[in-house]
Amino acid sequence: MSSLPRWVLIPALLGGLFVLLPLMAMALRVHWTHFGELITSESSLAALRLSLQTSAASAALCVLCGVPMSLLLARSEFRGLSLLRSLVLIPLVLPPVVGGIALLYTFGRQGLLGGHLEVLGLQIAFSTTAVVLAQTFVALPFLVISLEGALRTAGTRYEAAAASLGARPSRVLLRVTLPLVMPALLSGTVLSFARALGEFGATITFAGSLQGTTRTLPLEIYLQRESDPEAAVALSFVLMIVAVAVIAVARRRVPS
Amino acid sequence: MSLSLRAVVPERGLDLELTVAGGETLAVIGPNGAGKSTVLSLISGALHPASGRIVLDDRVLTGERRWVPPHERKVTTLSQDPVLFPHLTALGNIMFALRAQGAGRARARQEAERWLAELGIPELAARRPSQLSGGQAQRVAIARALAARPRLLLLDEPMAALDIDVAPALREQLRCFLAERTAIIVTHDVLDALTLADRIAVLEAGRLIEQGPTQELLRRPRTAFTARFAGLNLVSGRWDGRAVVLADGACLPAHAAHGAGEVVHAAFRPAKVALVGSGGIPRTVRSLAPSGDLVRLRTEDLSADLPPQEVAARRLEPGSPVRLQVPPEAVTTYRA
Amino acid sequence: MIRHARLIAAAAGITLLATGCGAAEEAGRPVTLHLFAAASLQEPFEELGEQFESEHEGVDVEFNFAGSSTLVEQIRQGAPADVFASANTSTMDTLVEAGLQGADPVDFAANTLMIAVPRGNPADVADLQSLTAEDLNLVVCAAEVPCGAATETVEEATGLEFAPVSEEQSVTDVLNKVTSGEADAGLVYVTDVRTAGDAVEGIEFAEAASAVNTYPITTVGDAANAELGQEFVELVTGKTGQEILAGHGFDAP
Repeated sequence: MSSLPRWVLIPALLGGLFVLLPLMAMALRVHWTHFGELITSESSLAALRLSLQTSAASAALCVLCGVPMSLLLARSEFRGLSLLRSLVLIPLVLPPVVGGIALLYTFGRQGLLGGHLEVLGLQIAFSTTAVVLAQTFVALPFLVISLEGALRTAGTRYEAAAASLGARPSRVLLRVTLPLVMPALLSGTVLSFARALGEFGATITFAGSLQGTTRTLPLEIYLQRESDPEAAVALSFVLMIVAVAVIAVARRRVPS
Repeated sequence: MSLSLRAVVPERGLDLELTVAGGETLAVIGPNGAGKSTVLSLISGALHPASGRIVLDDRVLTGERRWVPPHERKVTTLSQDPVLFPHLTALGNIMFALRAQGAGRARARQEAERWLAELGIPELAARRPSQLSGGQAQRVAIARALAARPRLLLLDEPMAALDIDVAPALREQLRCFLAERTAIIVTHDVLDALTLADRIAVLEAGRLIEQGPTQELLRRPRTAFTARFAGLNLVSGRWDGRAVVLADGACLPAHAAHGAGEVVHAAFRPAKVALVGSGGIPRTVRSLAPSGDLVRLRTEDLSADLPPQEVAARRLEPGSPVRLQVPPEAVTTYRA
Repeated sequence: MIRHARLIAAAAGITLLATGCGAAEEAGRPVTLHLFAAASLQEPFEELGEQFESEHEGVDVEFNFAGSSTLVEQIRQGAPADVFASANTSTMDTLVEAGLQGADPVDFAANTLMIAVPRGNPADVADLQSLTAEDLNLVVCAAEVPCGAATETVEEATGLEFAPVSEEQSVTDVLNKVTSGEADAGLVYVTDVRTAGDAVEGIEFAEAASAVNTYPITTVGDAANAELGQEFVELVTGKTGQEILAGHGFDAP
């Protein structure tokens, strides 16, 4: 620390303020006297409940698909692997609205798969499933990126040792590989949950907005801005608290 | 139980054949890069040879259109790094090996406890690897490797990372465990070979250059590397009835009964070498280094262990000419 | 509170300030007129803007099209607006309540709702009644925005109860759901159907008259170019303005 030049402090402090000040400014705008009723209105509670449910489902989907994806990316070698890795991370840099449009052309009624799904009696557009899909789409890279990095850092020597003791690949995966990267898996899951919680663009483009079905907290905030800015600020504050809590959980080192 | 290996790995310049008899421990030695670790990788299944065949107890592990995955080979590796699973206790690590072999939880626990007792470390059962010393961790690793009941145990310099005061006790334990087992040990330490191995194979540049029973090979080395490994000086020349006549004409007297004119090797310990004013074998000092309470003097091809006082008195330094003499009774000669 | 508001307003205004808001109309120096207008006004107002520029040498017209409520919020936070045109009277009321108007607002256009269906009308929507069909994917505006308020008025007037699959943030979002075929029908403004062109078909309904949406316009209180702003308001409410608006499907107020 002491080796750093002092002037580094100034831009660092400015950067810190740049992040913290808007959050504080928003907190200052909260009408605390009405705060309770604003965030417990029927529509607010419905949005909060839906957000928590869909984000949890998305995080679960991320784990289900993201763990095998990370394993393949970290442990296999084939031509085009680095290209594949870049492709998997696309949702990270894509504007969520674009993700929503892409999902629409995939799962929408006129979409690539949507037409076939509709024949089977499955309609995804305007359903809670659509919200979960949109959230999973944007959140998946977060899990993959953090888990793949951890897998690479952990290396293969423990796995080789386990195989040399006669352990089958499934046993190696469940008893050695996954326990070793458990901290990264947990923080990756929390991060993807947080990303799902904040999802807006892909959801509003792909899933629509209906109270209790597709209108998550961010959509509710955006809508409330039209008629009731106070409620929007109060809900924003709630979302901010949830985000802070999530980061606190993710940052906490899992004792080894 | 036995292993036979024939393999060619062009990218590592390896081309050799090896066999290990059932119950035998083979030490594989050789300079760095000779292919010792490659041999272990081939047998454990970490490496595919370009061509070759590895058979363990009549079961083809690697062959043409045949590949047994590592976990089905019944070959366990013990390396200098114990590679204990950090999220499991010492007991858990051993239980892992037993569970992998299909043992139930209760039996695995019972047997793991027995293994810990056998290695004399029952009190470490609940410790995590991070709470174990190097020697303790390696003991747990040995127990874990043996608990997997391998048909072949591969030891990759198992004592190299241990303190010198821990190694002897562990080596003694390994000696007991390896007595009846089939094993290959890669080592740089002549003590490992002497205590643990029945036979030694010497690799150089991917080829097998020498092999034989441990005692025989270490007493009568035929290559410079083996001689150095055994801590002996090795020269060769023609027997003239009384002495070995080296290529440069120098004479090394010895008691032996070879036919005159026969080409022979002569081996002798550096400690038996003395410096003389005239006669002897003329050489030039290349380096001087402490060796125990003596000084190891190296020349082009021979070494001598001398008292430091003598080195000082003669003002020896690299480049000094010296004449080496060895008492005839300290020289072992044998047919080249 | 007010002090905070100023702070935030200053931050929000930086980008707009950077594009230049010449305080005085100096000779030879271009003046920029900032027009804040409801999104649905985009096409006719761009036409009017060009007309205005051609009539006023050295004047640049710059538009900010967005949802009416968003625009009011921006003006409250100090964004440099000279003229504000709202898509409904209630949003204009909030501006007036804040005392930010430069003159009394004038109604200059009206818009009515229309049923929009994807090209070919796959769900065979015929009238308002058919929007209540159970398996129909109906998309409307949320009650919080003007077109949603109008939708609610229609529901009340007709006694029908819609069960939309989505209540969208803006009329554009509703239209997008219809054009993409995700929705079988949507309730949007007449002008929107016209803008969407061939992608959608419009179905008029008599009950639309119960929920006419009126568009008011005014100059903004501390406008930099109040006089020019007033001239633009007059252009909109005048004959040329009314013709252009009518050409885009707007009714007279």
